[in-house]
Amino acid sequence: MGAIDPTLLLAAIMVAATPILLAALGELVVERAGVLNLGVEGMMITGAICGFAVAVNSGSPVLGFVAAAAGGAALSLLFALLTQLALANQVASGLALTLFGLGLSSLLGQGYQGIKPPPTPRLDLGPLSDIPFLGRVLFSHDPMVYLALGLVAAVWALLKFTRAGLILRAVGENHDAAHALGYRVVRVRVMAILFGGACAGLGGAYISLIRVPQWTEGMTSGAGWIALALVVFASWKAGRVLLGAWLFGGVSVLQLNLQAAGLAIPVEYLSMSPYLITILVLVIMSADRSRAPGSLGRSFHASQ
Amino acid sequence: MLRLEKRPQPSRLWTFATPPLAVLITMIAGGALFAALGKDPAEAIATIFWQPLFGEFSFYYRPQLLIKAAPLILIAIGLSLGFRAGIWNIGAEGQYIMGALAGAGVALALYPLESRIVFPLMVLAGALGGWAWAMIPAMLKLRFGTNEILVSLMLVYVAEQLLAAMALGPMRNPDGRGFPGSRNLRQYESAHNGELIPGTGMHWGVAAALIAVILAYVLLSRHSLGFHIRLAGQAPRAARFAGVRPGRLVVFCLGTAGALAGLAGMFEVAGPAGQVSIDFNVGYGFTAIIVAFLGRLHPVGIALAGLLMALTYIGGEMAQSTMGLPAAAIQLFQGMLLFFLLAVDLLTNFRLRVRLREAA
Repeated sequence: MGAIDPTLLLAAIMVAATPILLAALGELVVERAGVLNLGVEGMMITGAICGFAVAVNSGSPVLGFVAAAAGGAALSLLFALLTQLALANQVASGLALTLFGLGLSSLLGQGYQGIKPPPTPRLDLGPLSDIPFLGRVLFSHDPMVYLALGLVAAVWALLKFTRAGLILRAVGENHDAAHALGYRVVRVRVMAILFGGACAGLGGAYISLIRVPQWTEGMTSGAGWIALALVVFASWKAGRVLLGAWLFGGVSVLQLNLQAAGLAIPVEYLSMSPYLITILVLVIMSADRSRAPGSLGRSFHASQ
Repeated sequence: MLRLEKRPQPSRLWTFATPPLAVLITMIAGGALFAALGKDPAEAIATIFWQPLFGEFSFYYRPQLLIKAAPLILIAIGLSLGFRAGIWNIGAEGQYIMGALAGAGVALALYPLESRIVFPLMVLAGALGGWAWAMIPAMLKLRFGTNEILVSLMLVYVAEQLLAAMALGPMRNPDGRGFPGSRNLRQYESAHNGELIPGTGMHWGVAAALIAVILAYVLLSRHSLGFHIRLAGQAPRAARFAGVRPGRLVVFCLGTAGALAGLAGMFEVAGPAGQVSIDFNVGYGFTAIIVAFLGRLHPVGIALAGLLMALTYIGGEMAQSTMGLPAAAIQLFQGMLLFFLLAVDLLTNFRLRVRLREAA
């Protein structure tokens, strides 16, 4: 147990939290627009393979992340078509998206197993990285970690201070009223869904390009679902998503460290812990349901 | 320009017509996918849908149809009850695993006792195992209002880890020279879920699936509880006024789904699979979601959809061995089916009207 270095542990938490942070942030925007997209897992794994394949073939992790965002968004476009134009049930469509994404990714991923992706360089923050403790924990990561953190701030500010954020929230709280005010409910929702897809794609690619880094089938192993739980945990607030992501990142890093430390508990029981913690957190948070957007999960059709 | 007009009532014609239409569109899109993979689309579609039934080796593949369809139908029947009532149990895969572990656990504990009581005990344990696993999201939903979608799904991952722990630990075959996996129940006469009629693939799980279809049909069309389930899904407010207690429905729907999924897992581990191993579960719990929707949440529809989905599994395996079609292509094919089904469902609830733009 003494082998666990707190500095490295905290640094690892920053990395482990990033994929679910990205995915949850995207889903937060989607849900604030009143849409429940359960396809996060499918979009993440699609982003993971799109990013991986492009990064390997082009040699550029940046292109990989761009492709991952595009791949995630493309898949979410299917969901948008189904739920916003064909007015299909959102729960069923989200499940379809996940099943489809898992199939698609394993098809695309053939021949990419056992390959190493091009490394993503750390962001050079000069003297900041040399600060003892803080430098290692906060200032010696890859650019995606900071992008994710920046995105948290951006989403928070967008929802809180801008007109666009207000419209998005209006659409999510009461789509009939928003429609009556002349806002394009479907357009706003489609854009939110695409943003959510792109974020989930980035999160997936972060796993396959940086966190692991390699490609294996089903490698997101529930991260997308944990991201969904995170949005509930955060009571649909951007700042608390960050908190939640660190908590879940912490749990997964800690259990990996305990596995490595060779505890007497079989590995499988430790691997359960992130999922059990998720359930526990859901139970604690579900007492307060008042925060959920009013129109969450309901279809909108102008005739009604 | 195209306009959507909400139908006052879902179209009866389209309710029946959309699943075959979705299958047809999936075949076309799937053909395009197979062509993109460099395979002859017509041959691939024929290999998947025709060869297992009427081809040269159909004597081998036909029994497989029932073996693969039984768990899908059992699970989907249970899921459909909840889906009708707006209760989303998507953790059937976990309940399936827990049923198998409980059933196999009883058998392994009683080994090598040969008695008629062994198999019924296993059936009971399997149903209870799945039921108990489904009661976790049910109780949390009742007590704390926790979202059952996320909890039931998280429990799939927990069950998968537990399966691995069991296969490597307590349930490992002591005579297995250290290999992971339990004793093979096929070699344990009293516990083996063998074929009832040789050469047909008909085992106890198939019989159970058939009974489940009939009972679900009776429940939904003849029993007040079935009416309440439908009412709660279609008009939750009206259901509340009619005195339907939502809590009871949650417990019933999740419990039934869990018990049926557990049974499916138990019959699988005692028969076709034979042993508890790390890769025991192959995603029936998730495919059953597609089956439930493709069958329009109707018991008879689910039976047909289960057979069709079993066919894609078998045909997919065949296309894999004869044409080198990747296994993932079949998984994608099944996912596409649900997509197209949800899309064409638009026609059930809305009327497409073509008309010129009116003067405002």
